[in-house]
Amino acid sequence: MSERRSPLGQLTLWRFREFVREPEALFWVFAFPVLLALALGIAFRNRSLPVARVAVPAEAPGAAQLAATLDGDPRIEATVLDSATAATRLRTGRVALVVHAGDAPVLEYDSTRSESDVAQLLVRDALQRAAGRADVATIRDRRLTEPGARYIDFLIPGLIGLNIMGTGMWGVGFGIVNSRQRKLLKRFLASPMRKRHFLLANIMARMAFLVLEVPVVVLFGRLAFGVPVRGSWLALALLAVVGATTFAGIGLLVASRARTIEGVSGLMNLVMVPMWIFSGVFFAWSNFPDSFEPVIRALPLTALNDALRAVMLEGASLAGTAQWLAVLLAWGLASFFVALRLFRWE
Amino acid sequence: MTFRKRPAGGNGPGWTAFRPGLFPEAPLVEIPRHVRTMESARPARAPSARRSGVNGPAVECRGLVKRYPGVLAVDGIDLEVVRGECFGMLGPNGAGKTTTIEMIQGLLRPDGGEVRVLGMTWDRHETDLRQRLGSTLQETRLPEKLSVEEVLTLFRSFYRRGVDVEGVLQAVQLGEKRKAWVGKLSGGQRQRLAVACALVCEPDILFLDEPTTGLDPQSRRQLWGVITEFRGRGGTVMLTTHYMEEAQRLCDRVAIVDRGRIIAQGTPAELIAALGAEHVVEFVAPEGTDLPQEALQALPGVRAVAGADGRIRLTVEHLHLAVPALMRTLESRNIALMELITHHATLEDVFISLTGRHLRDE
Repeated sequence: MSERRSPLGQLTLWRFREFVREPEALFWVFAFPVLLALALGIAFRNRSLPVARVAVPAEAPGAAQLAATLDGDPRIEATVLDSATAATRLRTGRVALVVHAGDAPVLEYDSTRSESDVAQLLVRDALQRAAGRADVATIRDRRLTEPGARYIDFLIPGLIGLNIMGTGMWGVGFGIVNSRQRKLLKRFLASPMRKRHFLLANIMARMAFLVLEVPVVVLFGRLAFGVPVRGSWLALALLAVVGATTFAGIGLLVASRARTIEGVSGLMNLVMVPMWIFSGVFFAWSNFPDSFEPVIRALPLTALNDALRAVMLEGASLAGTAQWLAVLLAWGLASFFVALRLFRWE
Repeated sequence: MTFRKRPAGGNGPGWTAFRPGLFPEAPLVEIPRHVRTMESARPARAPSARRSGVNGPAVECRGLVKRYPGVLAVDGIDLEVVRGECFGMLGPNGAGKTTTIEMIQGLLRPDGGEVRVLGMTWDRHETDLRQRLGSTLQETRLPEKLSVEEVLTLFRSFYRRGVDVEGVLQAVQLGEKRKAWVGKLSGGQRQRLAVACALVCEPDILFLDEPTTGLDPQSRRQLWGVITEFRGRGGTVMLTTHYMEEAQRLCDRVAIVDRGRIIAQGTPAELIAALGAEHVVEFVAPEGTDLPQEALQALPGVRAVAGADGRIRLTVEHLHLAVPALMRTLESRNIALMELITHHATLEDVFISLTGRHLRDE
């Protein structure tokens, strides 16, 4: 007679092993969010404002004098060119503006190009100052460049939310449908395996991954871009666990009846793609009309993203995230119970 | 003899002459439907009573019925599997074997009839029964990225009692493959692993649904060895197959199943004996040949004449009389013989004589 292992433990190990031994799955869970954060972080990094490039046609008298005046402004780079070259560069966008010297200088530009519009404001300002205009009101600047307010700071919590949703739903849903398609669920039914052990094991294996995948993205954000975690780590961890459970429940629901991988993939995308767009992953959901707001706020990924941002960027306490936790738990529990009712073992 | 095309809609082969086995008035090869041979078919040794308690049949079905939309998959099956025996259901694809064995295993709910396994019913004793049965299903594909050992440990964990994984590995000759992923195994190795998953609980009954379908002859024999060894330890086996050789080699008793019904039942020897003769002569003559049935029937030692697939089949008692006589008849009628085969009658011949069709239609 042999020693018997815990069936729940063995089932969880099975799900865990199948996942770890699948290189593609590992890529999507670990490498993909980091690469996405890296690419978007670089593309949208905060740069110092670009200088306005302007051309001054050499033919007009006083061109050199005008160019020197403009060049004196650090935000303007003026070049003296023959008028044909200046016209070509304006047309091809290599300069934003052409300034014709004269008693009353003429600005030539396309007012619908934003960089040309910025350039004309700078040039006007420089010319007026050079002509002796003085500021009448006093205005002071306060520059914001510290961590917490940049695009990458907005992005990282969104990517964590996206990853928790994606791996939760795929990890649970794909595994279940795959087992069903392989007639493995039916084989398990012929054994004394307890059904709840099977379902629980899928969710537990999912949790084991969470311990790895969330820190990877958080640490990457911190090391590569200095993205802060202002709230408590415990609050962050708890949010991740609740979020993962919720999406595991939704994954279970989506997979409860699908017979094929193709079928479940379609359903997964149907559920997830709207949330990619509406739930504030890459840009704030407040960009949508106000009438969308109640629906957007009710989406589980919106709740997770908003809560993650509140904890990471604003230092919210766990109690401060209660409203979002409530939305997540409602989705998770409802999905889980409906899934149990609908679940098909064959 | 003249061949005629069977009317459209028939299920048999395209060409047929006459099929005595199907007609009750052809007495020579008729096998009584439902040969009730339960008593004589009991294996010589005492039924296994490895575990204390009931000593009744391992499996008992009465009037089992299963309907699917438009199809009556199982149409009133009665059978009894004695403890310690190997019972086979032999029949072509779609005969209802899988539906029957899955109803017996409590995986499908019958639309009618009664199932008892080890004296228990699925409604009342599911938890206990599952602990005592081992099973391989058709088309189950085990997790590809687990090793042989991991799969067995997983299945072992479901059972309260059983044997250790090492012992099962040895029994199915997969000891050297213990660390190999399932995805890397050959078809025969996978099937032995599937049987090993059924054996980890040291089951009272082992259910095997087409255990060797698609395997090469060597893998098939290896698997037969595993099954025979299990029986040697007193285990009961119920299997389905469409290989007559498998049924003949492994089974103490066989139920021949066709279109959801058992059309004959008994030991392989009894079923073959019911043909009335133990040899089969098959030959092919050119199409349109004039060779009346009576001429063949009259040959010495010929018990039955049938045609299928353009081949003529004689069930024959004495080869040494029938074959020379057949040759003379063909010669005297100037018929060129295109092919001639003789073999010992098998369960396949029993099936053909009962249905006019082959077990495998490929």
